[in-house]
Amino acid sequence: MDTIKIKTPKERKVKGKVEINIQKCKGCELCLTACKENALKLSDSINIKGYRYMIANNDLCTGCVNCAIICPDAVISVFRTHPKKKPVDITPENIKDTIKSIVI
Amino acid sequence: MPTEELLLPETTVTASCGAECAIETYEEVYRKPATLVDVNMHYCPGCAHSLIHKLIMEVVEDMDIQEKTIGIAPVGCSVFAYDYMDIDMQEAAHGRAAAVATGVKRLMPDKYVFTYQGDGDLAAIGIGETIHAVNRGENILIVFVNNAVYGMTSGQMAPTTLNGMKTTTSPNGRSAELTGLPIKVAELMAQLGGAYFVTRQTISSPNAVRRTKKALLQAFQYQTLKKGTCFIEILSNCPSNWKMTPIESMKFIDEEMAKTFPLGDIKVPVTINTKTEGGIQ
Amino acid sequence: MEAKLMKGNEALAEAAIQAGCDAYFGYPITPQSEVLEYLAVEMPKHNRIVMQAESEVASINMVYGAAGAGFRAMTSSSSPGISLMAEGISYLAGAELPCLLVNVNRAGPGLGTIQPGQGDYFQATKGGGHGDYRMIVLAPASVQEMADHVFLGFDLADKYCNPVMILSDGAIGQMMEKVVFQPYIHNKVDKPWATVGKPASRNRNFITSLHIRPEDMEVQNQKLLDKYNLMRKQEVRYEEFQTEDAEYLFVAYGLSSRICQKAVDLAREKGIKVGLFRPISLFPFPYQRLEVLASQVKLMLSVELNTGQMVEDVQLAVKGKVPVEFYGRLGGMIPTPEEVLLHLEKLMQ
Repeated sequence: MDTIKIKTPKERKVKGKVEINIQKCKGCELCLTACKENALKLSDSINIKGYRYMIANNDLCTGCVNCAIICPDAVISVFRTHPKKKPVDITPENIKDTIKSIVI
Repeated sequence: MPTEELLLPETTVTASCGAECAIETYEEVYRKPATLVDVNMHYCPGCAHSLIHKLIMEVVEDMDIQEKTIGIAPVGCSVFAYDYMDIDMQEAAHGRAAAVATGVKRLMPDKYVFTYQGDGDLAAIGIGETIHAVNRGENILIVFVNNAVYGMTSGQMAPTTLNGMKTTTSPNGRSAELTGLPIKVAELMAQLGGAYFVTRQTISSPNAVRRTKKALLQAFQYQTLKKGTCFIEILSNCPSNWKMTPIESMKFIDEEMAKTFPLGDIKVPVTINTKTEGGIQ
Repeated sequence: MEAKLMKGNEALAEAAIQAGCDAYFGYPITPQSEVLEYLAVEMPKHNRIVMQAESEVASINMVYGAAGAGFRAMTSSSSPGISLMAEGISYLAGAELPCLLVNVNRAGPGLGTIQPGQGDYFQATKGGGHGDYRMIVLAPASVQEMADHVFLGFDLADKYCNPVMILSDGAIGQMMEKVVFQPYIHNKVDKPWATVGKPASRNRNFITSLHIRPEDMEVQNQKLLDKYNLMRKQEVRYEEFQTEDAEYLFVAYGLSSRICQKAVDLAREKGIKVGLFRPISLFPFPYQRLEVLASQVKLMLSVELNTGQMVEDVQLAVKGKVPVEFYGRLGGMIPTPEEVLLHLEKLMQ
């Protein structure tokens, strides 16, 4: 049986994450070769078009954009942490709004 | 407070609590250009047509010239380009895009006009129109997508098919004796007086895609100078008709196609101030 | 209005300028090169576009581009050149783009000769390119009409969003006659479909003749058919000469109608009651009027500079009510009025 090596996330200054529009993905795997962090792999299930689609392990993502740049179908959006951490004051009063502004 | 609102993805927020919390905020660094219509494209998995569509639309979005851009679609797989590019477009007869673009650009000299053509369209049936448009120095951009086969009609030999390459109409491999050697269109165009910027790029790796986008951006910017035709040949793939996986097809571009069609700039404007920010003066 | 003495081709070119033609794309071919030559001098004076393309194939596609961008565009050529344009004309008709085409017909087939002919009747009226399309075809018979039909042609093209062809011939194109340019007002039509760049406020425009789903193609074909039927209803044009009491009828267009008109005069001198029916619009063809005339005359003679093309439409029109005969000279030869009359007299016996 094949064992899959899972990379443990390194301590990085910049972290990234990708969002994949799995219904439009055709599973061509070009992003897979473009990703140096091995953060992407093909799913076992299929999407509405019958393609296996890409899924991401965002813990490994650096937000380098390579996968999105080469994606022919423009299904990948990339997000990255701001290199400089902004200290944010969270108080019990503003916690809800602060988290919302970060997430959305 | 409903609990759902606090169910946040782990990777999104890293909060180290103390008197002051440091929070990592994510910003979007890449997304589909808004100028690319949000529909499923009909191209095969791994086909670079959609990738090149995306690049052109990124340039249109970056330069904010959607209102001023008119594209000419060819005959071939990319005949439906107007379904995906959110700009005004005309669909030309097979090979005639350069002539159609001439008609558009001559009447609207201040608009950005580009043609998007494949190798069957441009290098075979349309080579005459292309040569003359470039020779006249029409202020248009010609994007020439070279994947060495006729894609839409299912993989017949094209003028740019590599020597020895098997296609449905050269089942034993293209023979130079019978059908000549592949046409190096970019070099041909660079010979013409009206050509202003001629380059050959590819999309086989993320960095190659970045270079291609840069070339496209330059070419669009050059249009305002009205100094001649920009011609960008892009080595592309056709996984279905090459009978390769998309990944193999990208390797084939780098290892085989690039030997016949060397990458890089072939004709560049003489006076470029590369250090000037925001484009070329 | 001041009358000018002009060549047919030049009158046509001058009319194009007065009609507000924004762009002309052409390629030299005898006997119509004067159009390109005249416009090459005059168009730049009006800040219009004139271009000598590398081929007829390129020029018709430049017209496609310009028309698609919403401009008044035209091209002209002669028979072999029109064959080269056939592909482009089909695309223009398919994409419903208005433009004006001029065919200064010479005799053929193949390279043929540079003398006048009417062998392109079928090509013009039955659709010379591939697919199911029609275009309005106007047949001028004088230098005056060479000019008039330009104004009319551009207006009809805009009205129906369809190519319009002026089917002239080498003689009308080359002859010099007086011409009066009536003042023309270019009522610009709104072209919301034109590809001029997409503002945020509207959806993108695209010009195409591709409808890959048969369901869509059928809808488009039906739309075209409705348009062609509307043309058939509204755009029939013809001229009659001494038909009121005619017992015999010449049917002829363009140059041959000029000859027949003279033959009518000769016949009348002899006491033979002959009239002339001249279709001005070859598509739509005046079938109905001819059918009415069929109940009045004993015989119709279609006189053409070909081996018999319009005669088929005349036969269709009269539905067998009267005999329809044909007389034609070929290869660029032009019949004399006496010759035509003699042929009629033979048929009368």
